[in-house]
Amino acid sequence: MSGVLRPQKNRDTAYFWEGTAAGELRLQKCNACGALRHPPGPACPECGALDRGHVQASGDGEIFSWVVHRHPQVPGRQTPFVIALVTLAEGPRVLGELLGVDPDTTDDLIGARVRIDFQRVDDELTLPVWRLA
Amino acid sequence: MSLSGKAAIVGIGATEFSKESGRSELQLAVEAVGHALRDCGIAPSEVDGLTTFTMDNNSEIAVARELGMGDLRFFSRINYGGGAACGTIQQAAMAVATGVADVVVAYRAFNERSGMRFGQVSSWANAQVNTNGLDNAWSYPMGLSTPAGTVAMQARRYMHEYGATSEDFGRVAVADRRHAATNPQAFFHCKPITLEDHQASRMIVDPLHLLDCCQETDGGQAFVIVSAERAKDLPQVPTYITAAAQGSGTDQFVMTSYYRDDIGIPEIGVVGRELWRQSGLRPDDMPMAVLYDHFTPYVLTQLEELGFCGRGEAKDFVKDGAIEVGGRLPLNTHGGQLGEAYLHGMNGIAEAVRQVRGTSVNPVSLDEKPHVLVTAGTGVPTSGLILSRHGG
Repeated sequence: MSGVLRPQKNRDTAYFWEGTAAGELRLQKCNACGALRHPPGPACPECGALDRGHVQASGDGEIFSWVVHRHPQVPGRQTPFVIALVTLAEGPRVLGELLGVDPDTTDDLIGARVRIDFQRVDDELTLPVWRLA
Repeated sequence: MSLSGKAAIVGIGATEFSKESGRSELQLAVEAVGHALRDCGIAPSEVDGLTTFTMDNNSEIAVARELGMGDLRFFSRINYGGGAACGTIQQAAMAVATGVADVVVAYRAFNERSGMRFGQVSSWANAQVNTNGLDNAWSYPMGLSTPAGTVAMQARRYMHEYGATSEDFGRVAVADRRHAATNPQAFFHCKPITLEDHQASRMIVDPLHLLDCCQETDGGQAFVIVSAERAKDLPQVPTYITAAAQGSGTDQFVMTSYYRDDIGIPEIGVVGRELWRQSGLRPDDMPMAVLYDHFTPYVLTQLEELGFCGRGEAKDFVKDGAIEVGGRLPLNTHGGQLGEAYLHGMNGIAEAVRQVRGTSVNPVSLDEKPHVLVTAGTGVPTSGLILSRHGG
Protein backbone atom coordinates (compact mmCIF):
# COMPACT_ATOMS: atom_id res chain seq x y z
CA MET A 1 0.00 0.00 0.00
CA SER A 2 2.97 2.33 0.43
CA GLY A 3 2.77 3.56 -3.16
CA VAL A 4 -0.91 4.45 -2.93
CA LEU A 5 -1.92 7.88 -4.25
CA ARG A 6 -1.91 10.48 -1.48
CA PRO A 7 -4.89 12.77 -0.93
CA GLN A 8 -4.52 16.52 -1.14
CA LYS A 9 -5.56 17.98 2.20
CA ASN A 10 -6.24 21.47 3.46
CA ARG A 11 -7.71 23.06 6.59
CA ASP A 12 -11.25 22.32 5.34
CA THR A 13 -10.62 18.59 4.99
CA ALA A 14 -7.95 17.74 7.58
CA TYR A 15 -10.52 16.64 10.19
CA PHE A 16 -11.62 13.76 7.93
CA TRP A 17 -8.11 12.31 7.65
CA GLU A 18 -7.39 12.86 11.33
CA GLY A 19 -10.60 10.89 11.91
CA THR A 20 -9.59 7.91 9.78
CA ALA A 21 -6.25 7.80 11.59
CA ALA A 22 -8.19 7.66 14.87
CA GLY A 23 -10.56 4.96 13.59
CA GLU A 24 -13.48 7.34 13.08
CA LEU A 25 -15.54 8.09 9.98
CA ARG A 26 -16.29 11.78 10.38
CA LEU A 27 -19.00 13.79 8.64
CA GLN A 28 -19.03 17.55 8.41
CA LYS A 29 -21.96 19.07 10.32
CA CYS A 30 -23.22 22.62 9.90
CA ASN A 31 -23.35 24.27 13.30
CA ALA A 32 -26.14 26.59 12.10
CA CYS A 33 -28.67 24.28 10.41
CA GLY A 34 -27.33 20.86 11.33
CA ALA A 35 -26.93 19.62 7.73
CA LEU A 36 -24.53 16.69 7.34
CA ARG A 37 -22.18 16.72 4.39
CA HIS A 38 -19.52 14.72 2.56
CA PRO A 39 -17.25 15.61 0.83
CA PRO A 40 -16.58 18.61 3.06
CA GLY A 41 -16.00 22.27 2.31
CA PRO A 42 -15.78 25.61 4.06
CA ALA A 43 -19.44 26.62 3.65
CA CYS A 44 -22.84 24.97 4.11
CA PRO A 45 -24.58 24.69 0.70
CA GLU A 46 -27.93 24.45 2.55
CA CYS A 47 -27.81 27.64 4.65
CA GLY A 48 -24.56 29.38 3.76
CA ALA A 49 -23.08 29.26 7.24
CA LEU A 50 -19.32 29.03 7.62
CA ASP A 51 -19.57 27.80 11.23
CA ARG A 52 -19.03 24.06 11.05
CA GLY A 53 -17.95 21.03 13.01
CA HIS A 54 -18.12 17.30 12.55
CA VAL A 55 -19.78 14.20 13.97
CA GLN A 56 -18.73 10.58 13.98
CA ALA A 57 -20.82 8.53 11.55
CA SER A 58 -22.30 5.22 12.63
CA GLY A 59 -20.19 3.49 9.97
CA ASP A 60 -23.17 1.58 8.60
CA GLY A 61 -24.27 1.97 5.01
CA GLU A 62 -25.62 0.44 1.83
CA ILE A 63 -23.87 0.03 -1.51
CA PHE A 64 -25.20 2.55 -4.04
CA SER A 65 -22.88 1.44 -6.85
CA TRP A 66 -19.66 -0.53 -7.29
CA VAL A 67 -17.01 -1.45 -9.85
CA VAL A 68 -14.24 -4.00 -10.30
CA HIS A 69 -11.03 -2.29 -11.36
CA ARG A 70 -8.97 -4.63 -13.60
CA HIS A 71 -6.88 -2.40 -15.91
CA PRO A 72 -4.58 -0.56 -15.87
CA GLN A 73 -2.35 -1.13 -12.84
CA VAL A 74 -2.97 1.28 -9.96
CA PRO A 75 -0.13 2.52 -7.73
CA GLY A 76 0.01 0.67 -4.42
CA ARG A 77 -2.69 -1.88 -5.29
CA GLN A 78 -3.04 -5.37 -6.74
CA THR A 79 -5.62 -5.73 -9.51
CA PRO A 80 -8.41 -6.71 -9.63
CA PHE A 81 -10.03 -4.94 -6.72
CA VAL A 82 -13.52 -3.72 -5.86
CA ILE A 83 -14.54 -0.13 -5.11
CA ALA A 84 -17.92 0.78 -3.63
CA LEU A 85 -19.88 4.01 -3.41
CA VAL A 86 -21.81 3.72 -0.15
CA THR A 87 -24.82 5.66 1.12
CA LEU A 88 -24.36 6.05 4.88
CA ALA A 89 -27.22 5.50 7.29
CA GLU A 90 -26.93 9.26 7.96
CA GLY A 91 -27.45 10.09 4.25
CA PRO A 92 -24.18 11.26 2.66
CA ARG A 93 -22.18 8.97 0.36
CA VAL A 94 -18.58 7.88 0.89
CA LEU A 95 -16.34 6.04 -1.59
CA GLY A 96 -13.90 3.31 -0.58
CA GLU A 97 -12.35 -0.01 -1.53
CA LEU A 98 -14.63 -2.94 -0.68
CA LEU A 99 -12.54 -5.65 0.98
CA GLY A 100 -13.35 -9.33 1.40
CA VAL A 101 -15.38 -9.69 -1.81
CA ASP A 102 -14.47 -11.93 -4.77
CA PRO A 103 -13.94 -9.55 -7.73
CA ASP A 104 -15.41 -12.20 -10.01
CA THR A 105 -18.67 -12.37 -8.09
CA THR A 106 -21.75 -12.43 -10.28
CA ASP A 107 -23.92 -10.99 -7.51
CA ASP A 108 -25.20 -7.46 -7.89
CA LEU A 109 -23.89 -5.83 -4.76
CA ILE A 110 -26.11 -2.76 -5.05
CA GLY A 111 -28.16 -2.59 -1.87
CA ALA A 112 -25.78 -4.79 0.13
CA ARG A 113 -25.20 -3.61 3.70
CA VAL A 114 -21.65 -2.68 4.59
CA ARG A 115 -19.67 -1.45 7.56
CA ILE A 116 -16.71 0.93 7.69
CA ASP A 117 -13.21 -0.26 8.44
CA PHE A 118 -9.86 1.51 8.28
CA GLN A 119 -6.70 0.58 6.41
CA ARG A 120 -3.57 2.13 7.82
CA VAL A 121 -1.03 2.91 5.09
CA ASP A 122 1.52 4.68 7.32
CA ASP A 123 1.71 7.48 9.88
CA GLU A 124 0.53 9.95 7.26
CA LEU A 125 -2.46 8.14 5.80
CA THR A 126 -5.28 5.85 6.86
CA LEU A 127 -7.91 5.06 4.24
CA PRO A 128 -11.59 4.36 4.87
CA VAL A 129 -12.55 0.92 3.46
CA TRP A 130 -15.77 -1.08 3.36
CA ARG A 131 -16.59 -4.65 4.39
CA LEU A 132 -19.87 -6.49 3.91
CA ALA A 133 -21.89 -6.31 7.14
CA MET B 1 -29.33 40.30 -28.18
CA SER B 2 -28.82 36.74 -29.36
CA LEU B 3 -25.70 34.86 -30.41
CA SER B 4 -27.67 32.69 -32.83
CA GLY B 5 -26.47 32.95 -36.41
CA LYS B 6 -23.99 35.75 -35.72
CA ALA B 7 -20.85 33.64 -36.32
CA ALA B 8 -19.76 30.77 -38.51
CA ILE B 9 -17.07 28.13 -38.71
CA VAL B 10 -15.36 28.78 -42.04
CA GLY B 11 -12.19 26.71 -41.81
CA ILE B 12 -11.30 23.31 -40.41
CA GLY B 13 -7.94 21.61 -40.27
CA ALA B 14 -6.37 18.58 -38.67
CA THR B 15 -3.21 16.53 -38.62
CA GLU B 16 -3.36 12.81 -39.22
CA PHE B 17 -4.65 10.85 -36.23
CA SER B 18 -2.08 8.34 -34.98
CA LYS B 19 -0.67 6.49 -32.00
CA GLU B 20 2.75 8.12 -32.35
CA SER B 21 2.96 11.44 -34.16
CA GLY B 22 6.76 11.62 -33.96
CA ARG B 23 6.67 15.38 -33.45
CA SER B 24 6.02 17.92 -30.70
CA GLU B 25 2.56 18.87 -29.49
CA LEU B 26 3.29 22.44 -30.58
CA GLN B 27 4.08 21.28 -34.09
CA LEU B 28 0.76 19.38 -34.16
CA ALA B 29 -1.06 22.57 -33.09
CA VAL B 30 0.76 24.66 -35.69
CA GLU B 31 0.01 22.16 -38.46
CA ALA B 32 -3.69 21.92 -37.54
CA VAL B 33 -4.13 25.69 -37.32
CA GLY B 34 -2.25 26.15 -40.58
CA HIS B 35 -4.50 23.65 -42.36
CA ALA B 36 -7.62 25.37 -40.98
CA LEU B 37 -6.45 28.79 -42.19
CA ARG B 38 -5.58 27.48 -45.67
CA ASP B 39 -9.01 25.79 -45.78
CA CYS B 40 -10.69 29.22 -45.68
CA GLY B 41 -8.04 31.32 -47.38
CA ILE B 42 -7.32 33.51 -44.38
CA ALA B 43 -3.72 34.54 -43.67
CA PRO B 44 -2.20 33.94 -40.21
CA SER B 45 -1.61 37.69 -39.98
CA GLU B 46 -5.39 38.23 -39.96
CA VAL B 47 -5.95 36.05 -36.86
CA ASP B 48 -6.55 38.26 -33.83
CA GLY B 49 -8.01 35.72 -31.39
CA LEU B 50 -7.09 32.23 -30.12
CA THR B 51 -8.93 29.88 -27.79
CA THR B 52 -8.22 26.40 -26.47
CA PHE B 53 -8.53 24.07 -23.47
CA THR B 54 -6.82 24.77 -20.13
CA MET B 55 -5.43 21.24 -20.57
CA ASP B 56 -3.71 22.13 -23.84
CA ASN B 57 0.06 22.31 -23.47
CA ASN B 58 0.51 24.83 -26.31
CA SER B 59 0.10 28.44 -25.26
CA GLU B 60 -1.69 30.88 -27.52
CA ILE B 61 1.47 32.96 -27.82
CA ALA B 62 3.57 29.95 -28.84
CA VAL B 63 1.09 29.05 -31.58
CA ALA B 64 0.92 32.69 -32.69
CA ARG B 65 4.73 32.97 -32.84
CA GLU B 66 5.21 29.86 -34.94
CA LEU B 67 2.56 30.89 -37.46
CA GLY B 68 3.75 34.48 -37.74
CA MET B 69 0.55 35.96 -36.35
CA GLY B 70 0.64 39.58 -35.30
CA ASP B 71 -1.30 41.32 -32.56
CA LEU B 72 -3.82 39.21 -30.64
CA ARG B 73 -6.84 41.00 -29.21
CA PHE B 74 -8.55 37.97 -27.64
CA PHE B 75 -7.32 34.76 -25.99
CA SER B 76 -9.17 32.46 -23.63
CA ARG B 77 -9.15 28.93 -22.30
CA ILE B 78 -11.88 26.60 -21.07
CA ASN B 79 -11.45 24.21 -18.16
CA TYR B 80 -12.66 20.64 -17.47
CA GLY B 81 -10.95 18.39 -20.00
CA GLY B 82 -13.08 17.32 -22.95
CA GLY B 83 -15.99 19.35 -21.60
CA ALA B 84 -14.24 22.35 -23.11
CA ALA B 85 -14.56 21.32 -26.77
CA CYS B 86 -17.73 23.14 -27.82
CA GLY B 87 -16.99 25.83 -25.26
CA THR B 88 -13.98 26.95 -27.30
CA ILE B 89 -16.26 27.50 -30.31
CA GLN B 90 -18.67 29.41 -28.05
CA GLN B 91 -15.79 31.64 -26.95
CA ALA B 92 -14.84 32.32 -30.55
CA ALA B 93 -18.46 32.97 -31.58
CA MET B 94 -19.01 35.44 -28.75
CA ALA B 95 -15.78 37.23 -29.59
CA VAL B 96 -16.53 37.72 -33.28
CA ALA B 97 -20.25 38.44 -32.69
CA THR B 98 -19.37 41.31 -30.35
CA GLY B 99 -16.49 42.64 -32.42
CA VAL B 100 -13.96 41.85 -29.71
CA ALA B 101 -12.05 40.00 -32.42
CA ASP B 102 -12.47 39.45 -36.16
CA VAL B 103 -10.83 36.07 -36.81
CA VAL B 104 -10.63 33.57 -33.94
CA VAL B 105 -8.99 30.16 -34.14
CA ALA B 106 -9.95 27.36 -31.72
CA TYR B 107 -7.40 24.54 -31.44
CA ARG B 108 -6.48 21.40 -29.51
CA ALA B 109 -3.35 19.33 -30.04
CA PHE B 110 -1.68 16.61 -28.01
CA ASN B 111 0.40 13.46 -28.00
CA GLU B 112 -2.20 11.71 -25.89
CA ARG B 113 -1.05 8.20 -26.82
CA SER B 114 2.72 8.48 -27.22
CA GLY B 115 2.96 11.09 -24.43
CA MET B 116 0.75 11.38 -21.35
CA ARG B 117 -1.98 8.75 -21.72
CA PHE B 118 -5.35 9.74 -20.28
CA GLY B 119 -6.37 6.09 -19.96
CA GLN B 120 -3.67 5.46 -17.35
CA VAL B 121 -3.98 6.45 -13.69
CA SER B 122 -4.11 10.25 -13.71
CA SER B 123 -1.66 10.78 -10.84
CA TRP B 124 -1.21 14.40 -11.90
CA ALA B 125 -4.94 15.08 -11.38
CA ASN B 126 -4.68 13.79 -7.83
CA ALA B 127 -1.57 15.87 -7.16
CA GLN B 128 -3.05 19.22 -8.25
CA VAL B 129 -2.73 21.80 -5.50
CA ASN B 130 -6.13 23.37 -6.09
CA THR B 131 -9.79 22.51 -5.48
CA ASN B 132 -9.79 19.90 -8.29
CA GLY B 133 -6.98 18.10 -6.47
CA LEU B 134 -8.91 18.35 -3.20
CA ASP B 135 -12.02 16.93 -4.92
CA ASN B 136 -10.00 13.99 -6.22
CA ALA B 137 -8.89 13.19 -2.65
CA TRP B 138 -12.26 11.44 -2.21
CA SER B 139 -11.72 8.99 -5.07
CA TYR B 140 -8.12 8.61 -6.30
CA PRO B 141 -6.56 7.39 -3.02
CA MET B 142 -9.41 4.87 -2.75
CA GLY B 143 -8.35 3.34 -6.08
CA LEU B 144 -10.92 4.99 -8.34
CA SER B 145 -8.34 6.78 -10.42
CA THR B 146 -9.01 6.31 -14.15
CA PRO B 147 -11.66 7.83 -16.41
CA ALA B 148 -13.05 4.35 -17.13
CA GLY B 149 -13.41 3.68 -13.40
CA THR B 150 -15.30 6.88 -12.71
CA VAL B 151 -17.70 6.24 -15.60
CA ALA B 152 -18.15 2.57 -14.67
CA MET B 153 -19.44 3.62 -11.24
CA GLN B 154 -22.21 5.63 -12.88
CA ALA B 155 -22.86 3.00 -15.54
CA ARG B 156 -23.45 0.29 -12.93
CA ARG B 157 -26.05 2.41 -11.15
CA TYR B 158 -27.70 3.33 -14.47
CA MET B 159 -27.99 -0.36 -15.39
CA HIS B 160 -29.50 -1.08 -11.97
CA GLU B 161 -32.08 1.70 -12.16
CA TYR B 162 -33.21 1.33 -15.76
CA GLY B 163 -32.42 -2.23 -16.77
CA ALA B 164 -29.85 -1.24 -19.37
CA THR B 165 -27.29 -3.94 -20.23
CA SER B 166 -23.73 -4.11 -21.49
CA GLU B 167 -25.18 -5.01 -24.91
CA ASP B 168 -27.06 -1.71 -24.93
CA PHE B 169 -23.75 0.11 -24.38
CA GLY B 170 -22.19 -2.08 -27.07
CA ARG B 171 -24.61 -0.80 -29.71
CA VAL B 172 -22.88 2.58 -29.48
CA ALA B 173 -19.51 0.94 -30.13
CA VAL B 174 -20.90 -1.03 -33.08
CA ALA B 175 -22.36 2.15 -34.64
CA ASP B 176 -19.13 4.11 -34.14
CA ARG B 177 -16.99 1.36 -35.61
CA ARG B 178 -19.34 0.89 -38.58
CA HIS B 179 -18.97 4.59 -39.39
CA ALA B 180 -15.20 4.52 -38.83
CA ALA B 181 -14.89 1.56 -41.17
CA THR B 182 -15.70 3.78 -44.17
CA ASN B 183 -13.69 6.80 -42.97
CA PRO B 184 -10.10 6.77 -44.30
CA GLN B 185 -9.04 9.23 -41.57
CA ALA B 186 -10.21 6.85 -38.84
CA PHE B 187 -7.74 4.69 -36.93
CA PHE B 188 -10.24 1.84 -37.25
CA HIS B 189 -10.79 2.32 -40.99
CA CYS B 190 -12.03 -0.96 -42.52
CA LYS B 191 -12.34 -2.53 -39.04
CA PRO B 192 -16.02 -2.79 -38.08
CA ILE B 193 -17.03 -4.81 -35.02
CA THR B 194 -20.04 -6.87 -34.03
CA LEU B 195 -21.91 -6.87 -30.75
CA GLU B 196 -20.27 -10.25 -30.10
CA ASP B 197 -16.84 -8.66 -30.49
CA HIS B 198 -17.86 -6.03 -27.95
CA GLN B 199 -19.05 -8.61 -25.47
CA ALA B 200 -15.90 -10.71 -25.92
CA SER B 201 -13.52 -7.79 -25.35
CA ARG B 202 -11.74 -7.84 -21.99
CA MET B 203 -13.15 -6.12 -18.95
CA ILE B 204 -11.37 -2.88 -18.06
CA VAL B 205 -13.43 -1.75 -15.10
CA ASP B 206 -16.58 -3.85 -14.71
CA PRO B 207 -19.12 -3.21 -16.13
CA LEU B 208 -17.08 -1.54 -18.92
CA HIS B 209 -15.38 -3.65 -21.60
CA LEU B 210 -12.38 -2.50 -23.62
CA LEU B 211 -14.68 -1.70 -26.55
CA ASP B 212 -16.75 0.66 -24.38
CA CYS B 213 -13.69 2.89 -24.09
CA CYS B 214 -12.44 5.46 -26.59
CA GLN B 215 -9.01 5.40 -28.13
CA GLU B 216 -5.92 7.29 -27.10
CA THR B 217 -4.65 9.47 -29.94
CA ASP B 218 -1.88 11.81 -31.06
CA GLY B 219 -3.07 14.67 -33.24
CA GLY B 220 -4.35 18.19 -33.62
CA GLN B 221 -7.59 19.82 -34.76
CA ALA B 222 -8.42 23.50 -35.38
CA PHE B 223 -11.28 25.74 -36.48
CA VAL B 224 -11.51 29.26 -37.87
CA ILE B 225 -14.50 31.34 -36.75
CA VAL B 226 -15.57 34.69 -38.21
CA SER B 227 -18.76 36.76 -38.31
CA ALA B 228 -21.64 35.56 -40.48
CA GLU B 229 -21.13 38.57 -42.75
CA ARG B 230 -17.46 37.81 -43.34
CA ALA B 231 -18.28 34.13 -43.85
CA LYS B 232 -20.30 34.90 -46.98
CA ASP B 233 -17.15 36.09 -48.78
CA LEU B 234 -15.04 33.00 -48.03
CA PRO B 235 -14.58 29.91 -50.20
CA GLN B 236 -16.21 27.24 -48.01
CA VAL B 237 -19.93 26.77 -47.32
CA PRO B 238 -20.31 28.54 -43.93
CA THR B 239 -21.29 26.45 -40.92
CA TYR B 240 -23.44 28.81 -38.88
CA ILE B 241 -23.38 28.65 -35.09
CA THR B 242 -27.08 28.55 -34.27
CA ALA B 243 -26.58 27.82 -30.57
CA ALA B 244 -23.58 27.47 -28.27
CA ALA B 245 -23.87 26.59 -24.59
CA GLN B 246 -21.95 25.49 -21.53
CA GLY B 247 -23.38 23.59 -18.59
CA SER B 248 -22.56 22.57 -15.03
CA GLY B 249 -25.00 20.96 -12.60
CA THR B 250 -25.76 21.28 -8.90
CA ASP B 251 -23.09 19.71 -6.67
CA GLN B 252 -20.85 19.22 -9.71
CA PHE B 253 -17.51 17.42 -9.59
CA VAL B 254 -15.04 16.42 -12.31
CA MET B 255 -15.98 12.81 -13.26
CA THR B 256 -17.08 12.01 -9.70
CA SER B 257 -20.43 13.79 -9.20
CA TYR B 258 -21.46 10.98 -6.88
CA TYR B 259 -23.01 12.96 -4.07
CA ARG B 260 -26.24 14.28 -5.59
CA ASP B 261 -29.49 12.33 -5.37
CA ASP B 262 -29.47 11.12 -8.98
CA ILE B 263 -25.83 10.66 -9.89
CA GLY B 264 -26.32 10.88 -13.74
CA ILE B 265 -25.02 13.70 -15.95
CA PRO B 266 -27.46 16.61 -15.49
CA GLU B 267 -24.77 19.00 -16.75
CA ILE B 268 -25.51 17.97 -20.35
CA GLY B 269 -29.19 18.61 -19.63
CA VAL B 270 -28.23 22.17 -18.74
CA VAL B 271 -26.46 22.43 -22.10
CA GLY B 272 -29.43 20.91 -23.96
CA ARG B 273 -32.01 23.24 -22.49
CA GLU B 274 -29.88 26.23 -23.39
CA LEU B 275 -29.28 24.96 -26.95
CA TRP B 276 -33.03 24.52 -27.50
CA ARG B 277 -33.73 27.93 -25.97
CA GLN B 278 -31.15 29.77 -28.09
CA SER B 279 -32.12 28.03 -31.33
CA GLY B 280 -35.87 27.65 -30.94
CA LEU B 281 -35.32 24.11 -32.23
CA ARG B 282 -36.26 20.74 -30.73
CA PRO B 283 -34.73 17.28 -30.75
CA ASP B 284 -37.01 16.34 -33.67
CA ASP B 285 -35.33 19.03 -35.77
CA MET B 286 -31.98 17.21 -35.63
CA PRO B 287 -31.30 14.78 -38.51
CA MET B 288 -28.20 13.50 -36.70
CA ALA B 289 -25.89 14.30 -33.79
CA VAL B 290 -22.29 13.98 -32.70
CA LEU B 291 -22.43 12.91 -29.06
CA TYR B 292 -19.19 12.81 -27.09
CA ASP B 293 -18.25 9.18 -26.73
CA HIS B 294 -15.27 8.77 -24.43
CA PHE B 295 -17.27 5.89 -22.92
CA THR B 296 -20.39 4.32 -24.41
CA PRO B 297 -22.78 4.58 -21.40
CA TYR B 298 -22.72 8.37 -21.49
CA VAL B 299 -24.01 8.36 -25.08
CA LEU B 300 -27.19 6.72 -23.77
CA THR B 301 -27.58 9.16 -20.91
CA GLN B 302 -26.92 12.11 -23.24
CA LEU B 303 -29.77 11.00 -25.49
CA GLU B 304 -32.02 11.16 -22.44
CA GLU B 305 -30.73 14.43 -21.00
CA LEU B 306 -30.94 16.16 -24.40
CA GLY B 307 -34.57 15.08 -24.81
CA PHE B 308 -34.24 12.60 -27.68
CA CYS B 309 -35.98 10.05 -25.44
CA GLY B 310 -37.22 9.76 -21.88
CA ARG B 311 -35.20 8.82 -18.81
CA GLY B 312 -34.22 5.16 -18.97
CA GLU B 313 -35.45 4.80 -22.57
CA ALA B 314 -32.13 5.13 -24.41
CA LYS B 315 -31.57 1.37 -24.26
CA ASP B 316 -34.60 0.99 -26.53
CA PHE B 317 -33.81 4.10 -28.60
CA VAL B 318 -30.43 2.71 -29.74
CA LYS B 319 -31.74 -0.69 -30.86
CA ASP B 320 -32.18 -1.85 -34.47
CA GLY B 321 -29.52 0.40 -35.97
CA ALA B 322 -31.33 3.59 -34.95
CA ILE B 323 -28.05 5.42 -34.31
CA GLU B 324 -26.32 4.18 -37.48
CA VAL B 325 -26.39 5.87 -40.90
CA GLY B 326 -29.82 5.13 -42.31
CA GLY B 327 -31.36 5.01 -38.85
CA ARG B 328 -33.61 7.62 -37.27
CA LEU B 329 -30.78 9.52 -35.54
CA PRO B 330 -27.33 8.65 -36.89
CA LEU B 331 -24.64 9.44 -34.32
CA ASN B 332 -20.92 10.07 -34.75
CA THR B 333 -20.81 9.55 -38.51
CA HIS B 334 -17.00 9.97 -38.52
CA GLY B 335 -16.66 6.99 -36.22
CA GLY B 336 -16.56 8.96 -33.00
CA GLN B 337 -13.77 8.80 -30.48
CA LEU B 338 -14.04 5.03 -30.33
CA GLY B 339 -13.61 4.69 -34.08
CA GLU B 340 -11.97 7.74 -35.64
CA ALA B 341 -9.77 9.31 -32.95
CA TYR B 342 -9.84 10.81 -29.48
CA LEU B 343 -9.23 14.49 -30.10
CA HIS B 344 -11.04 15.61 -26.93
CA GLY B 345 -14.26 16.15 -28.90
CA MET B 346 -12.79 18.56 -31.43
CA ASN B 347 -12.83 15.99 -34.25
CA GLY B 348 -16.58 15.58 -33.67
CA ILE B 349 -17.12 19.29 -34.29
CA ALA B 350 -15.13 18.91 -37.53
CA GLU B 351 -17.46 16.09 -38.60
CA ALA B 352 -20.49 18.31 -37.98
CA VAL B 353 -18.90 20.94 -40.24
CA ARG B 354 -18.28 18.33 -42.95
CA GLN B 355 -21.93 17.25 -42.72
CA VAL B 356 -23.05 20.86 -43.12
CA ARG B 357 -20.72 21.26 -46.13
CA GLY B 358 -21.81 17.93 -47.60
CA THR B 359 -18.29 16.50 -47.52
CA SER B 360 -18.62 13.78 -44.87
CA VAL B 361 -17.66 10.29 -46.00
CA ASN B 362 -20.89 9.08 -44.35
CA PRO B 363 -23.28 11.82 -45.44
CA VAL B 364 -26.62 12.42 -43.78
CA SER B 365 -29.12 14.54 -45.70
CA LEU B 366 -29.49 17.98 -44.15
CA ASP B 367 -31.86 19.17 -46.89
CA GLU B 368 -35.00 19.12 -44.74
CA LYS B 369 -33.39 19.58 -41.34
CA PRO B 370 -30.21 21.62 -41.88
CA HIS B 371 -28.78 21.19 -38.38
CA VAL B 372 -26.29 19.07 -36.44
CA LEU B 373 -26.10 18.85 -32.65
CA VAL B 374 -22.62 18.37 -31.15
CA THR B 375 -21.72 17.78 -27.52
CA ALA B 376 -18.50 17.89 -25.50
CA GLY B 377 -17.17 15.66 -22.71
CA THR B 378 -19.64 14.41 -20.13
CA GLY B 379 -19.23 13.61 -16.47
CA VAL B 380 -17.54 17.02 -16.32
CA PRO B 381 -18.79 20.60 -16.79
CA THR B 382 -19.47 20.51 -20.50
CA SER B 383 -20.70 22.31 -23.61
CA GLY B 384 -22.60 21.85 -26.84
CA LEU B 385 -23.40 23.38 -30.23
CA ILE B 386 -26.12 23.42 -32.82
CA LEU B 387 -24.49 24.03 -36.21
CA SER B 388 -26.54 24.83 -39.30
CA ARG B 389 -26.30 25.22 -43.06
CA HIS B 390 -28.44 28.37 -42.97
CA GLY B 391 -28.20 31.42 -40.76
CA GLY B 392 -26.62 34.80 -40.56
